[in-house]
Amino acid sequence: MQSFLQQAVFGIQLGSLYALIAIGYTLVYGVLRLINFAHGDVFMVGAFVCYYACTRWLPFRDLSADPSAATSNIALAALVLVMAMCVCAALGVLIERFAYRPLRNGLGVADAHFWGLVAALPFALSMGKLTQVVPLAAWLAIGVIFGYTLRPVVRWIARRSVRTTSRLNALITAIGVSFVLEYGGLLVVGADPNFVPNVVPEKVYQLPGGVRIGTAQLAILAVALLLMAILRYIVVYTRRGKAMRAIAHDIEAAKLMGIDTDRVISFTFALGGALAGAGGALVAALTHVKITPLFGLLPGIKAFVAAVLGGPGSIPGAVLGGLLMGVAEAFVAGSQYSAFRDAIAFCILIVLLLVRPAGLLGRHVAEKV
Amino acid sequence: MLWLLGRVGGVALLAACLMGISVWLTNNIETYYFLVLIQCGIAAVLAVSLNLINGITGQFSIGHAGFYAVGAYVGASWTMLWRPQLADNWPWLATGNLSGDILNLLIALVLGSLAAALTGVVVGTPSLRLRGDYLAILTLGFGEVIRVVLLNIDAVGGARGLAGIPTLVSSGNLAAFWVFGLLIAVTTLTRNLMRSTRGLTWLAVREDEVASDAMGVDTTRVKVTAFVVGSGFAGAAGVLYAHFFTGISPDIFGMDVSIMITTMVVLAGTGSVTGAIIAGMTLTALPEALRFLKDYKEYRMVLFSTALIVMMLTRPQGILGHAELGFGSFVRLANRFRRKERGSAA
Amino acid sequence: MKRVVNAAWAVLFMSAALTLLGGCKKEATTGGQEASEIIVGEYASLTGTTATFGNSTHRGVQMAIDDANAAGGVNGRKLKLVTEDNQSKPDIARTVVTRLITQEKAVAILGEVASTRSMAAAPVCQQYKVPMISPSSTNPAVTDAGDYIFRVCFTDDFQAAVVANFAFDQGYRKVAVFKDIKNDYSVAFAANFAAEIKRLGGSVVAEQFFQEGDTDFKAQLITLAAAKPDAVLVPGYYSEVGTIARQAREVGLKAPLLGGDGWDSPKLVPGAGGAGGALEGCFFSNHYFSSELKEEVTQSFLAAFKKKYSVDPDALAALGYDAARLFVDALKRAGSTEGPKLRDAIAATKDFPGVTGKITLDAKRNARKAALILQVQGDKFRVFKSYTPEQIGQ
Repeated sequence: MQSFLQQAVFGIQLGSLYALIAIGYTLVYGVLRLINFAHGDVFMVGAFVCYYACTRWLPFRDLSADPSAATSNIALAALVLVMAMCVCAALGVLIERFAYRPLRNGLGVADAHFWGLVAALPFALSMGKLTQVVPLAAWLAIGVIFGYTLRPVVRWIARRSVRTTSRLNALITAIGVSFVLEYGGLLVVGADPNFVPNVVPEKVYQLPGGVRIGTAQLAILAVALLLMAILRYIVVYTRRGKAMRAIAHDIEAAKLMGIDTDRVISFTFALGGALAGAGGALVAALTHVKITPLFGLLPGIKAFVAAVLGGPGSIPGAVLGGLLMGVAEAFVAGSQYSAFRDAIAFCILIVLLLVRPAGLLGRHVAEKV
Repeated sequence: MLWLLGRVGGVALLAACLMGISVWLTNNIETYYFLVLIQCGIAAVLAVSLNLINGITGQFSIGHAGFYAVGAYVGASWTMLWRPQLADNWPWLATGNLSGDILNLLIALVLGSLAAALTGVVVGTPSLRLRGDYLAILTLGFGEVIRVVLLNIDAVGGARGLAGIPTLVSSGNLAAFWVFGLLIAVTTLTRNLMRSTRGLTWLAVREDEVASDAMGVDTTRVKVTAFVVGSGFAGAAGVLYAHFFTGISPDIFGMDVSIMITTMVVLAGTGSVTGAIIAGMTLTALPEALRFLKDYKEYRMVLFSTALIVMMLTRPQGILGHAELGFGSFVRLANRFRRKERGSAA
Repeated sequence: MKRVVNAAWAVLFMSAALTLLGGCKKEATTGGQEASEIIVGEYASLTGTTATFGNSTHRGVQMAIDDANAAGGVNGRKLKLVTEDNQSKPDIARTVVTRLITQEKAVAILGEVASTRSMAAAPVCQQYKVPMISPSSTNPAVTDAGDYIFRVCFTDDFQAAVVANFAFDQGYRKVAVFKDIKNDYSVAFAANFAAEIKRLGGSVVAEQFFQEGDTDFKAQLITLAAAKPDAVLVPGYYSEVGTIARQAREVGLKAPLLGGDGWDSPKLVPGAGGAGGALEGCFFSNHYFSSELKEEVTQSFLAAFKKKYSVDPDALAALGYDAARLFVDALKRAGSTEGPKLRDAIAATKDFPGVTGKITLDAKRNARKAALILQVQGDKFRVFKSYTPEQIGQ
């Protein structure tokens, strides 16, 4: 019984993290019907922002040497969380602007230049740090040239192409973005694992019933709940949220009603990115896991499964799905079948999709012909 | 009766030619290029078999490596685990001589592709009722489940996998024959299918599932059939992989491989068989061709993914679209040039 | 008519393709004796899932080759290291090793970390009679591929037996095992450990799995803690061990953790929360390699590595360094770059002073050397005990 309760507590903590990431998937799926495969990598970027903030950017003090630093460190940690959220929100907007918007509206001049810059990045990096003047200038120059050469090629190809974007294309684009983030990350920070040092004091509380719960877990739970509450407020009570829901309902009709859909979609990506960034920062700082550029993949996919489980497009569904997945995973991992931990997510998903194809809380929409 | 004889004779002639070429290739080109050639061939088989599901029937499977793994493991299990037990009673199952090797490889191929096809039935029947993204995630998840299950079966070595599988494929210098024979088989099947009435129903499902359903096409059956045939060929590719590269482990068949195969199909033009072959070969050979860019090894993936995105944004239907690259297209191209020249002269 | 035209095109196309392939023709091998440089091939996982291990090994190998060249090369000829990336994939490992031997004319092959990839490449080396030295593939089956395959590390069964003996000697009778199901090194280590400790009279009271890439290990650790073990064996790499240790302490699992050479890295202690963190007082077995040892080769290696790459070396770098140096030493003794002579020289290696200990290659081409048990103290490792193969009856 004791370990049952204990596993349940861990499951809920794990689930709240999955839920945070899953909301990002579900928001995007709701408005665009797109699996944002790169979302897990946004989560990874959040973790790296946390890592660099904790080790380089912010004046954290060493706790073991100076216990009185706790309060200032906690304040800084809150700042780190906000930083990770801001950076990842910006990243989400960037991804939407340059990868997914051209899917809807075609590749424009700015897009061509942007991808030219991305393609030129490796060359600049091979010359040295981007903070130096020469590589930076070279990068911009090569990128602009790339962009200019890309434009006519793109136009030439586009004239010979049919503008039918299938879901498969969108998915492959998303996978491409995910690759860019992962391998770009490898270029910038390397493949070695990194660890966030202890920045906040941690304590473990003994609850009645023999259940132990750490401050780290409480913090994760509290932040996750707070962010979800804020999100709910935004989606349900603000004009922006109303616009988001309108787009999710019918994007064409929303456009006709005068909603600036592109802007609202950007906003949606920012929201999703911020949540993923918060998740990444929490994981990196409080579960002490190693962070590498590839580490967003698995949590990302599990969170996506959670989103589908709850019914893509439904925010309460994503939370429910995340919690369900977390608890199920904790129980499987704690049993003698811990080797099947990663399979359980998919097993639940397969069974559920067969019984309720629209997910737990999703609405089944009949296909219009 | 005569036409049947002609067909059989034709196939036999083709096989004999291919065997001759295979032996010649093995003896005459550098082993390194030969290895790359075999890898390209296997990738092409995988791409064409997935094209059957994603391209021609318009489904959305991104877990192809799972079936590839099932084929490889079942085939290798036959050669490594089951065959030795049976060989005690039936000495003709022994390996080491050419006929024994060919026989065992054929058995492994049959078992491997049957097992993969059977898995295809098990996965496909329930999941193909779903559409689009759901199916994609389900197949992706299923590929992962297969990998985790393989990790947990001690008989096939768990994480270590099976090593030291006899190189039945290379026996008698026939490696190229088996791989490209399989490629020709799956290509021919696809081509013939697309020209048949049955194939039209497959294409109909791709173009509009609801409409074809209304026209009386048994869409579920079409989809499951495509899934099963595609999986079977992926399984056969797995058998060849295992018996050529001699070692398999679960991490060879990870999600990245599934994604790569999907990329090949989409990049080439969903539905184009020749496109799938070309993309499969190019994407396999390209990293090898780029080996001289030693210091840039980390950059090639960034460049590759950027190219992929730009490609998807500018030409969503892939390089070839639904078109096929055949000898006819060379003729057409040549004609066009000729016409242009004449036009400029006049 | 159309069919005939098509067939004609087919024939034309095929012959064009064959001519093209004919360009990649086999050349008669000249032996490359006249070449001024001796080519040494290395294949490593520089990208992909195990990139961090491949890069670490590569640094060690590169440093050894550079050292040899700085000392004037071998028999008056410089060495050239050609490194190929195998993207952490076995089939590519086989392809690149074939390339190194047939295209680059490498006289010997160094690599790999992962046993699966070493086993994929070993038959190629055996076939071409080019010696291969694996720095850190511990699976016993690696050197079974043939008499041209060597290694400079000890095998899984030896190392696991050492840890089992040590655990038993420490009085840890009830041991729990927490292994990485995805990693064959980890699984084999755990299996050999379990067999040995049972033979000695101890027992494995609980067994749980994790996977590289998991972010949360607490669920499994709670179950392990419930079995109240005297110690927990965590065979795996340093990248996970630190996190596991911290989460173990968090769920109230106080027993010391035990591990193998995969733990050795300057990042082990930071990963466990810094000096005095969750791994304080834990033990792991390692090669004869530690900053505490006064051996001259070890000390100069540590200093030179730090100077060259501005990081501390881990065990993989040290083993890569040793593998390359052992090869250079054998090359000097062989006086020739021919495969069979080189092979014999490598096989005759005896008491070679490597930074990971005195290396003697036995009849099965495995390194025979003592294993150390190190204890984590602060942010340093302290030599706690040493076991020779004889001591544990091997």
